[in-house]
Amino acid sequence: MKDESNGAPRTVPVQSATFTGKVNAEIRRAAATGIYDIRGGGAKRAVPHFDDLLFLGASMSRYPLEGYREKCETSVLLGTRFAQKPIKLDIPVTIAGMSFGALSGPAKESLGRGATLAGTSTTTGDGGMTEEERSHSRTLVYQYLPSRYGMNPDDLRRCDAIEIVVGQGAKPGGGGMLLGQKISERVAQMRNLPKGIDQRSACRHPDWTGPDDLEIKILELREITNWQKPIYIKIGGARPYFDTTLAVKAGADVVVLDGMQGGTAATQDVFIEHVGQPILACIREAVRALDDLGMHREVQLIVSGGIRHGADVAKCMALGADAVAIGTAALIALGDNDPKWEAEYNALGTTAGAYDDWHEGKDPAGITTQDPELMARFDPIEGGRRLNNYLKVMTLEAQTIARACGKNHLHNLEPEDLCALTMEAAAMARIPLAGTDWYPGKPGTTY
Amino acid sequence: MQTFDLEAQGLRALNSALHEQSHDTNQTVWEILNPRGSHAIAVGLDAPIEVNVKGSTGYYCAGMNKQATVHVHGSTGPGTAENMMSGTVIVEGDASQYAGATGNGGTLIIKGNASSRCGISMKGIDIIVHGNIGHMSAFMAQSGNLVVCGDAGEALGDSLYEARIFVRGKVKSLGADCIEKEMRQEHLDTLTELLRRGGCDAEASEFKRYGSARKLYHFNIDNAY
Repeated sequence: MKDESNGAPRTVPVQSATFTGKVNAEIRRAAATGIYDIRGGGAKRAVPHFDDLLFLGASMSRYPLEGYREKCETSVLLGTRFAQKPIKLDIPVTIAGMSFGALSGPAKESLGRGATLAGTSTTTGDGGMTEEERSHSRTLVYQYLPSRYGMNPDDLRRCDAIEIVVGQGAKPGGGGMLLGQKISERVAQMRNLPKGIDQRSACRHPDWTGPDDLEIKILELREITNWQKPIYIKIGGARPYFDTTLAVKAGADVVVLDGMQGGTAATQDVFIEHVGQPILACIREAVRALDDLGMHREVQLIVSGGIRHGADVAKCMALGADAVAIGTAALIALGDNDPKWEAEYNALGTTAGAYDDWHEGKDPAGITTQDPELMARFDPIEGGRRLNNYLKVMTLEAQTIARACGKNHLHNLEPEDLCALTMEAAAMARIPLAGTDWYPGKPGTTY
Repeated sequence: MQTFDLEAQGLRALNSALHEQSHDTNQTVWEILNPRGSHAIAVGLDAPIEVNVKGSTGYYCAGMNKQATVHVHGSTGPGTAENMMSGTVIVEGDASQYAGATGNGGTLIIKGNASSRCGISMKGIDIIVHGNIGHMSAFMAQSGNLVVCGDAGEALGDSLYEARIFVRGKVKSLGADCIEKEMRQEHLDTLTELLRRGGCDAEASEFKRYGSARKLYHFNIDNAY
């Protein structure tokens, strides 16, 4: 093309900060297909997170414990409010609910194996209880979901705790969808649906509509199980102060609070990225609700959504949680998104670390699939060993930090052990900005 | 017969006593006095016993029932026989919303009317209603039979899967993907047996059958609205 500038300086091409390459590609994809993007996982966008908090460690005013030798307890008791048989876990890192259907049977088995070795619990999911997970999980939490797929009184009686799922962090207010590719004969039979159809999971429960109803529903579940099982209520990170208050009012023994980084087997990308709050913004609000009711520690708080290592565990505990739950991290420990499958991820149009089309059932790692050939790649014993290792490392890391803060139990970590690196984190976690004694909204300040 | 005064002895004692009944119990017939609208009466039963509730109940009466026959001589609150697995639940009066929700098996007979969302997400239960049913009944119903001798409210069978619905009276409107279907001999035979089981004074030939058009079975953007 002829240059008509006559040598004069030209405007440098400028890419829009609003219409980025990624945004434009999604517009083109939507225009070409007419369907929104469905994927698994949690929020991928950068949000204020635990990385924006630091521990202060001991100094003149705090006395540390010897890093390797001195005792630092990690156990946690869940369900002490009403249940006759509370759960005692050796470590405060639990495995979050993930369904059989979304995950393969061997993957569920490996979660049970790893969690049991590490002394913690696993959680069923939207698809009922499988023998694999019951027989391999010493402590199994049975989810009570809107779909009620696979729900039955026999499994209610043989679980160790019941988790009523009101919402989840990836999609507060949303239901679920398991595409037909993953509805194998066994999955279909457990859910009482025809094989191969796309099945929907409702966004709200079929037989109660609000916290007053839920209180009666909990009464029913307690009566069915003779008041033995702890009852958890799981909420997404929407309005944590009010949701926690209402969960306690409804009779929860344990509140499970899941932030927007928490994963899902499948939902719309726009939902995952644009609905709900980061877990960092939720914890202190939930703890405030428990404090206002005089229920902090009597009703236990489990938090989840983007927890990766022992430092995250310790930070959650310092902010007031009793335990945490991991889902995505557990799958990675099992082998999900492992670079050894890179060629196959490439063939699926993605790359290791970014693979999130779990709903399509083509997982090269054989974890989020019902395809017999892919499932055969996954060894549940080896998976269990890896998960146990990972849970042990997380616990050791959290203990290391707790000892450095002078704490002989992870529960003794406290907000005063932390500082915030950013204004946003300071405001959300109500932790003083590093180098100051101030955070936005601190009582007694006007700015 | 075992007589239990709920007002005097309390809910926990009642359900605990009923749960203690084994398959070969001799205490096969129970009478519950003074239910007075209490919630969670006779829930989680798992024995071939007969429980007669002398009055009206609150929420979730006979929830998750297995094997037992629970006969309510009154009306019931929301969630009657929710998630029932087997056995029979009979309501002499009316049933509030969500009757038979998510039920996997057994028979629920309502001799009066049922309110909204009757049979929501039902998974194999048979529900027989002598009177009318409210709106959004059989929403996302997966399998089993819903028989209505009277009329049905708005959005019947919305997002239905494989459950079958038989209505003798008027249907105010059908929900998404629910259509009227041909009543073949096999359906007449099934319905005749259901009407007999439910003690209904009606002929199968008087009913219309509704079921899923199966157009929502595979995710399609054109189904979103």
